[in-house]
Amino acid sequence: MILLLLAFKSLRSRIVTTSLTVFSIALSVMLLVGVDRVREGTQKGFQGTISHVDLVVGARGGSLPLLLYSVFHLGTANNDISFASYEHFRDHPAVKWTIPFSLGDSFHDFRVVATDDNFYDHYQYRGGQSVAFSAGTRAEGIFDVVLGSDVARQLGYHLGQQITLTHGIEGSFLNHKDKPFTVVGILTRTSTPVDRAIYITLYGDEAMHLGWEHGAPPLVAIPASQIRKEDLHIDQISSFLLATKSRISTLLLQREINTYKPEPLTAIIPALTLEDLWSVLSYADVALSLVSFAVLIVGLLAMLTALYTALNERRREVAVLRAVGLHARQIFTLFVLESTLISAVGMLAGLTAVYVLLFALRVPIETNFGIPLAVVGISTRVAIYMVVVVVAGSLLGCIPAIRAYRNALVDGLNAG
Amino acid sequence: MPDAVHMQNVVFGYEPGNPILQIDDLRIAEGKRVFLYGPSGSGKTTLLGLITGILQPQQGTCEVLGKEMTRLSMSARDTHRGSEMGYIFQSFNLIPYLSVRQNIDLPCRVHERRRKRIIAPTLGQETIRIAERLEIAGVLDRGVKKLSTGQQQRVAIARAVIGRPSLVIADEPTSSLDTDRRERFLELLFEVCDEANATLIFVSHDRSLMTRFDEQISIADVNHLNQVRMVQA
Repeated sequence: MILLLLAFKSLRSRIVTTSLTVFSIALSVMLLVGVDRVREGTQKGFQGTISHVDLVVGARGGSLPLLLYSVFHLGTANNDISFASYEHFRDHPAVKWTIPFSLGDSFHDFRVVATDDNFYDHYQYRGGQSVAFSAGTRAEGIFDVVLGSDVARQLGYHLGQQITLTHGIEGSFLNHKDKPFTVVGILTRTSTPVDRAIYITLYGDEAMHLGWEHGAPPLVAIPASQIRKEDLHIDQISSFLLATKSRISTLLLQREINTYKPEPLTAIIPALTLEDLWSVLSYADVALSLVSFAVLIVGLLAMLTALYTALNERRREVAVLRAVGLHARQIFTLFVLESTLISAVGMLAGLTAVYVLLFALRVPIETNFGIPLAVVGISTRVAIYMVVVVVAGSLLGCIPAIRAYRNALVDGLNAG
Repeated sequence: MPDAVHMQNVVFGYEPGNPILQIDDLRIAEGKRVFLYGPSGSGKTTLLGLITGILQPQQGTCEVLGKEMTRLSMSARDTHRGSEMGYIFQSFNLIPYLSVRQNIDLPCRVHERRRKRIIAPTLGQETIRIAERLEIAGVLDRGVKKLSTGQQQRVAIARAVIGRPSLVIADEPTSSLDTDRRERFLELLFEVCDEANATLIFVSHDRSLMTRFDEQISIADVNHLNQVRMVQA
């Protein structure tokens, strides 16, 4: 106990060196744990985006792009699928429900998602939470629009406001000025990509593009007031989410969709595709972790240097402690305690900083980069890191401690 | 009267085969104030190292306060020193990062036996009591770096006598003080050693102080090797 007090007081008397050392260790722990937490946070965030969806179906193509554009609204859909194929599987006996998506338009960098009532009825995230409204109702009319919570908050829109959607994505000069939409609902915050999307009906999407069959605005536009649902015919959608009645039929259904004769389709199991994504990203994770480890080693070496250089001017102190009756091995313990304290405090400071930053930056990261980031607890890996940092600190502390021990024996009461 | 220190046929050298200290018989009686003198390099500090158990003789026996040091393990000697002896250095006696109070009560915090022998009911009160005797009560909660040399040496006395050790050893404690302060320092040291019933071994090359002691020992008389060497020189 007296040794702990001595170690603490001694470190405090060298407050500048001590805090710099603690800071460098904290920084490296922050990097090390930060990389790991962001990795797990993104995984959890992505995994929480949809739940109870067994298959994601789109045009024939890569499974990862399909998942990214359908669920996370990242990237673009290359090909559409026919509404007839969608209807075929929507009415398939093994299917419980489906959510169709038609993507391609944007509004102030937010994606426009055309869907139907099934989205509000069936879409679930974070293990069973449904989308809810903070104001208004779901989009029913052709020119109705529902805003995700981030969209409404960032643009400051309210119910009843009229908005014009942009054709295509990102800074397109083509817009749908002739067909303004009215905000009828605002969703509550979900912390998923839903917050950054704008929801219209499939009819609305169709109406907006009436006469755009060649990818350019029609020469003679049909006025919005004259468009009725009955006149609109939905031909294509981008993709759809699907839940089966029994999980067992998922694989059979996936095979059936992938070999569907009338149209080349791709059906993916979202969880498996996410696993593929993580295995791709694990290289980056390993590289970043290695860099963090290197920084940790530098931090620990900085501590070693600081403790070692202080040894000479502390010979006098050691002689006094020996005169008071401290054993040479207690001198050793005192020095090891100092390095252990430094690394423990540095470790805790780094860990705290990670969580403070994660908590503070979660929303900006999600808003600006579209990466859902869950706040995750301490994993086994982080626990191992924590132990490693403190143990490595103590072990490195043995080097000056051994030196101090030897000095104590050689100097006896003569030092100074 | 039993001996506080009794050394017989002791031979010691820092390197094997090169002894620098050889003592046939040295006794220091309990409760005495002993003045140990000799020129620098005559082996004073080495002798103190043997008495405190920091050093072990290559030959001979060295009984200190009833314990045969040559038969004790290193840590047993450390414990014996810490709980039964107080030590005052020439200078820089204090742990720089502890307050005056923490410097004084350090031996009682390290050794239970010294803590049990305090006179006042609590350690805090004992520290104040001793500090008052040594006229340093006003600086108890200060950092040691702000003290004058005289104050620092009195803090060193306080630490040496707290918990009433049987033996107080002072290694040139007055050499950093001027003549007036030297007298006062000695008076205070005698007072508190008497109160603790401690034997005092006072090492100095300044013979002007030696008449104040019960017994005077010249290292040159005791250390045969030193004599031989001096004769040769």
